[in-house]
Amino acid sequence: MVNGNSKANVLMMKKLLLFTLIMFVFGYALVPFYEKFCEVTGINNLLKPDVLVKDDNWVDEERWIAVEFDANTRGLPWQFKPLQRSARIHPGEPVTVMYEIANNSEREVIGQAIPSYSPRFLDKHLKKFECFCFTKQVLKPNETRQMPVQFVIEPGLPADINTVTISYTFFELPDGASTIKK
Amino acid sequence: MAAVHGDAHGHEHDDHHPSGIMRWITTTNHKDIGTMYLWFSFAMFLTGGTLALGIRAELFQPGIQILQPELFNQFTTLHGLIMVFGAIMPAFVGFANWQVPLMIGAPDMAFARMNNWSFWLLIPAATLLVSSFFVPGGAAAGGWTFYPPLSTQGGLGVDLMIFAVHILGASSIMGSINIITTILNMRAPGMTLMKMPMFVWTWLITAYLLVLVMPVLAGTVTMLLTDRHFGTSFFNAAGGGDPVMFQHIFWFFGHPEVYIMILPSFGIVSEVIPTFSRKPLFGYSSMVYATASIAILSCVVWAHHMFTAGMPTVGQLFFMYATMLIAVPTGVKVFNWTATMWQGSMSFETPMLFAIGFIFLFVIGGFSGVICAIVPIDIQVQDTYYVIAHFHYVLVSGSLFALFAGAYYWIPKWTGRMYNETLGKTHFWLSMFFFNLTFFVQHFLGLAGMPRRIPDYNLQFADFNMISSIGAFGFGLTQLLFLYVMINCIRSGEKAPQKPWDGATTLEWTHLPTPAPYHSFEKPPVIQ
Repeated sequence: MVNGNSKANVLMMKKLLLFTLIMFVFGYALVPFYEKFCEVTGINNLLKPDVLVKDDNWVDEERWIAVEFDANTRGLPWQFKPLQRSARIHPGEPVTVMYEIANNSEREVIGQAIPSYSPRFLDKHLKKFECFCFTKQVLKPNETRQMPVQFVIEPGLPADINTVTISYTFFELPDGASTIKK
Repeated sequence: MAAVHGDAHGHEHDDHHPSGIMRWITTTNHKDIGTMYLWFSFAMFLTGGTLALGIRAELFQPGIQILQPELFNQFTTLHGLIMVFGAIMPAFVGFANWQVPLMIGAPDMAFARMNNWSFWLLIPAATLLVSSFFVPGGAAAGGWTFYPPLSTQGGLGVDLMIFAVHILGASSIMGSINIITTILNMRAPGMTLMKMPMFVWTWLITAYLLVLVMPVLAGTVTMLLTDRHFGTSFFNAAGGGDPVMFQHIFWFFGHPEVYIMILPSFGIVSEVIPTFSRKPLFGYSSMVYATASIAILSCVVWAHHMFTAGMPTVGQLFFMYATMLIAVPTGVKVFNWTATMWQGSMSFETPMLFAIGFIFLFVIGGFSGVICAIVPIDIQVQDTYYVIAHFHYVLVSGSLFALFAGAYYWIPKWTGRMYNETLGKTHFWLSMFFFNLTFFVQHFLGLAGMPRRIPDYNLQFADFNMISSIGAFGFGLTQLLFLYVMINCIRSGEKAPQKPWDGATTLEWTHLPTPAPYHSFEKPPVIQ
């Protein structure tokens, strides 16, 4: 008769416990894997400068797109606004927009902006060459700073889209946190 | 008893055990633990069912009458969690505890003390889940899938839910380690893998799925916990995390979980159908391979739950085709069950009725699953009542009906008494009628666009919702009849013979008396 505590059973339990542990670690390993996968495939590429491909470099002067700029803060004592609320641009035309942040508090605050686009698939057609969101921003007490965003909306944007919104939200980073990169 | 295994070991193995409550707390006997699992899961089934009736009562008419939206959300969330983790999964583990040692000729589970632990962990977990209704802010309300940001923002109830899932996960992992070891190491001589009963095969594969994905779920809820309280940002966009990543990791667990809940029911049906058709199971080895294929495929289809979350077209196509591929091994199974019945000498006792009801309704749920897998259709029906109808067809008339079939099938062996056949059949037909009344109309509601998890609805949905609510209350009350049939059987059922089903061929019927003695197969049977 096979005994409940026979060596074979205990060995099997050890193997299975090890496997369980490996799968637990695998769950965590999915996080860097997911990020790497998004990076390699270019999905979710929000916080990295884009490079303009030469062949796409033409301006569709026939077409106008209204771009609305939105700015929010969450949980940090800053004022954050674009210097212009909207712009009318041609697809393919490089645009620079200035944003202003002001630290209203008496302490140094570190923040980083996370973008959000409407419509959602705008990220496929929006190329950003420069953005304050690529790095963390450190503001001394009562400091004010103006920062540019430089971008092109590619002419490939579907023809039925006439208005797009580019939104940024500033979040506070803890002291000593490094820039968020994605 | 002595006639079966020859009482050569002396008397310490006889039916001596502590009596009263201590018997149940300290027991390491697989039959006691199986019984406790089954009672626990039935209690949880009634709890989750009561929540469902709260939901259906609110949806009886348009407008808000009984449950305020916040409480309604808590009801839908806890209904899902309790039914999945508290009712269906422990019920199958209960069946495994009772039946796996009996069907492979083993004296008990491999790790009897750990088995006791696996069960008793369920009690604090269930307590945490149910008591979370009474903490400030109430229970978790972000759906049973607890997507962030709702689950990173909720109150204390979410923390209780996270701990409950941790404990339930630990219990499941321990249970599956036990089941795998028992099946692989403790089979009677001559019982090769390909001679094992289908129920044992399906549980072996299920247990492997459990140790594969339960730790990933444990990791997911741990990430959620550290996001909530320890400043990490796995899913918090503000800190560079990604809420969509949660969905990927969750469904990496969640889709195999769906098959964890259905594979053992395939096993039960594969025992019941041959018995009452008085024919061996058609295509046994293809059944084994089909089960394994389903399990493997189930690990590569998770993103079909996320077609609208944002995904490249290539990804959508991959997950769509992979999902539709699962219909092939599932079709093999349905074909084999049908072919087993073909020209069989069939009789229609209650277990058989539930098994045939299972095949009939599970196929409907399977087909609506294939429909949901088609990306352009899924984009239309996702988060509507069509999806609710789909997964209740596979979980209620699938898993639950198979559990009923198994309970009626094996209760004579467990208790030594027969259930009341007339009442059993009544239970089946009432369940069949009210189940379809509840859920069939939900297909129409979903196609017309009624969203899930919302306590109020447009007037155009009123009639079907009223029908569905009436069905739900009928279905709920019918299950009290099941409770009565079972208690009646245990207390005053007619004495059952060793083999009340003449078509049964597995060891528990052929080699053990009825009721199965407290200690069985201390000397393993020999399989030709």
